[in-house]
Amino acid sequence: MTPAAVLRNIAENTAPQVRFREPQIEMAHGAGGKASRRLVEGLFAPLLFGASLEPLADAAHLSINGAKIAITTDSFVVKPLSFPGGSIGELAVNGTVNDLAVSGARAEAMVVTFVLEAGLPTELLEAEVRAMANAARKAGVKITGGDTKVVEHGKADRMYITTTGIGSPLPGVRIDPRSVKRGDKVVLSGPIGDHGITILLARGELDLEADLRSDTRSILPLVEAMVAAAGPAIRWMRDPTRGGAATSLNELARDCGLGIALFEDNVPVRDAVRGACELLGLDPLHIANEGQFLAVVAREFADAAITALHATPGGEQAQIIGEVCDQPAGSVLASTSYGGSRIVDMLVGDPLPRIC
Amino acid sequence: MRFVDEFREPELVTRTADEIRRLADPARHYRFMEVCGGHTHAIYRFGLKDLLPSNIELIHGPGCPVCVLPMGRVDDGLSLAPSNDSQQREVIFAAFGDMMRVPGTTGSPLEHKARGMDVRIVYSPSDALKLAKANPGKHVMFFAIGFETTAPSTALTLMRAKSEGVHNFSVFCNHVTIIPAIRAILDSPDMRLDAFIGPGHVSTVIGCRPYEWIVQNERKPIVISGFEPLDMLQSIVMLLRQLNRGEAKVENQYRRVVPWEGNRAALRAMAEVFQLRPYFEWRGLGFISQSALRIRDAYAEWDTEQRFDVPGVRVTDPKAAQCGEVLKGVLKPHQCKLFGRECTPEHPIGALMVSSEGSCAAYYNYEHRKTAMVNILSRTA
Repeated sequence: MTPAAVLRNIAENTAPQVRFREPQIEMAHGAGGKASRRLVEGLFAPLLFGASLEPLADAAHLSINGAKIAITTDSFVVKPLSFPGGSIGELAVNGTVNDLAVSGARAEAMVVTFVLEAGLPTELLEAEVRAMANAARKAGVKITGGDTKVVEHGKADRMYITTTGIGSPLPGVRIDPRSVKRGDKVVLSGPIGDHGITILLARGELDLEADLRSDTRSILPLVEAMVAAAGPAIRWMRDPTRGGAATSLNELARDCGLGIALFEDNVPVRDAVRGACELLGLDPLHIANEGQFLAVVAREFADAAITALHATPGGEQAQIIGEVCDQPAGSVLASTSYGGSRIVDMLVGDPLPRIC
Repeated sequence: MRFVDEFREPELVTRTADEIRRLADPARHYRFMEVCGGHTHAIYRFGLKDLLPSNIELIHGPGCPVCVLPMGRVDDGLSLAPSNDSQQREVIFAAFGDMMRVPGTTGSPLEHKARGMDVRIVYSPSDALKLAKANPGKHVMFFAIGFETTAPSTALTLMRAKSEGVHNFSVFCNHVTIIPAIRAILDSPDMRLDAFIGPGHVSTVIGCRPYEWIVQNERKPIVISGFEPLDMLQSIVMLLRQLNRGEAKVENQYRRVVPWEGNRAALRAMAEVFQLRPYFEWRGLGFISQSALRIRDAYAEWDTEQRFDVPGVRVTDPKAAQCGEVLKGVLKPHQCKLFGRECTPEHPIGALMVSSEGSCAAYYNYEHRKTAMVNILSRTA
């Protein structure tokens, strides 16, 4: 073999393995479920992160010259731009604050990128920038810079916002799904489905009305209260946004290699969300949230975690909704009080209403 | 929540399940077909099989509208959307959410939407008509699917389009009727059934009388059932009582919704707008005579098939797919060669894997790994 051929051979054998073979990007690749995971794990991870064996998390924790930081980024393309209980600007701040929080970090600073469509009324932009400033003040995070791009009319849906945040790790907590053990408890911070159903109804395509608001908020105060009460006993956290609680719990089951037994009757769901889901054939476990989180806490500390959440404003409805068990390994099994059970899978694509 | 929680009450559910165990003869194997896809979904969604003794087998029937739709009809509908109507108006493709992931040869409506086709999800046919009125420069084609459950609302919408003179609206009619499908299943030689759990929503329209031939000619009990756990368990109790007494009659468990005579106003609207097609192709079941509805000539202007040049595509299902056997209840979903391998909810080959009412999707989402685990355990035992 010539030296060039040897080098080529080495290069080929050490080249990252791209496993994503789908011919084009479909909407499902952005919906947060199985397809999104295939894209990230099959294309982005091997080419960008190398052969890292770390499970994918909401934020990366790094050590730079001895300083520990957490970093994350998120883009927001919601339609409509504003809806009962919030708007895209508020979501963009809270989303990144929350991704840092569930990785065990407090958001410190944030930069913002706006992609604006020519023709966007300034009034609308100003309202969203004000909403961001407000949300940042509430969450205690500084917005330190940003970038603006304008694209031709019709090339974007009015405005997209990307936020990138850095945070400082909360002392005394280390999030790693591989530390999850049999017997650990699954904690949920409050009622699920409010955001997703609010958005679905706000689009106005369904001609349904309900007294419902998005749950967008910073969950940092709740996370901090729980960390103070149960710190080292917290093994895993996630904010169940797109794909809902079902998707987050399936990712957990896969990453820890254990099963999650869900007590379906303990999962708090508001009547308006339940009603809309019954009517539209949707499962609240698949609906997006913007102000809740799931946590796995060691059995002995579960009650302390719940007590701490209940004592924090906005955490009154926190519940233990399940338990980690050996079987079904890698899956989530929901059981009901009357003895039936079912596998709860990740969402495929976006939730679609079912009529006939 | 009212009208839901009382039908999921744990103590009553447990008591009814006990009653089933008491009534079921352990020496006998019972095969009950739930005709309706809504029931199939409920069985898996609520894990009802966990509550039944092992000698009661539930066989999934053909009552899932998108599952029985041949792929050619999807292709036909999608082929019109990029075209223009005779007034050169661009076509908007409107359909229920149920249709959005159903695969055509070149992808589902949702995939066509992502590639730029104007595809809209509507919650009722009247929303599609509203869409037409709001977009006078476009033509809205409503891709109508469903049994007698949804056909009346399509009929009323067509009557309204005509009376209001909305001319940029048409319906691509794929409505089918339930009775001929049940007949086709009973005629199938490889089918052995003891009784039927009758469809609830369809019966709100057609009532209970149309099922009488089943008890008269086939001597098989049928109980029209609701969709909550208690509804379905009570229906099984009623079927067991009939079988134990050697009876075969039509009974109505879902009396809070289903009138014995059906909904006359809905039937009148259907008769005004629709007539029976001489025959229609069903996926997996083949051509069944007088099993589907077409739009009467008086409404020709609002009939996509009369207004546009519909190509009439026919697509043969992949040979390895056994959708027909699963639809007829001859095979369980996981017994199909493609189940969980080539055919998954993400890459469905048949519509049974798409709709949440399709038995394959229900089985895959709610049961599949559970059963796989039980199989592994029993093999190692």
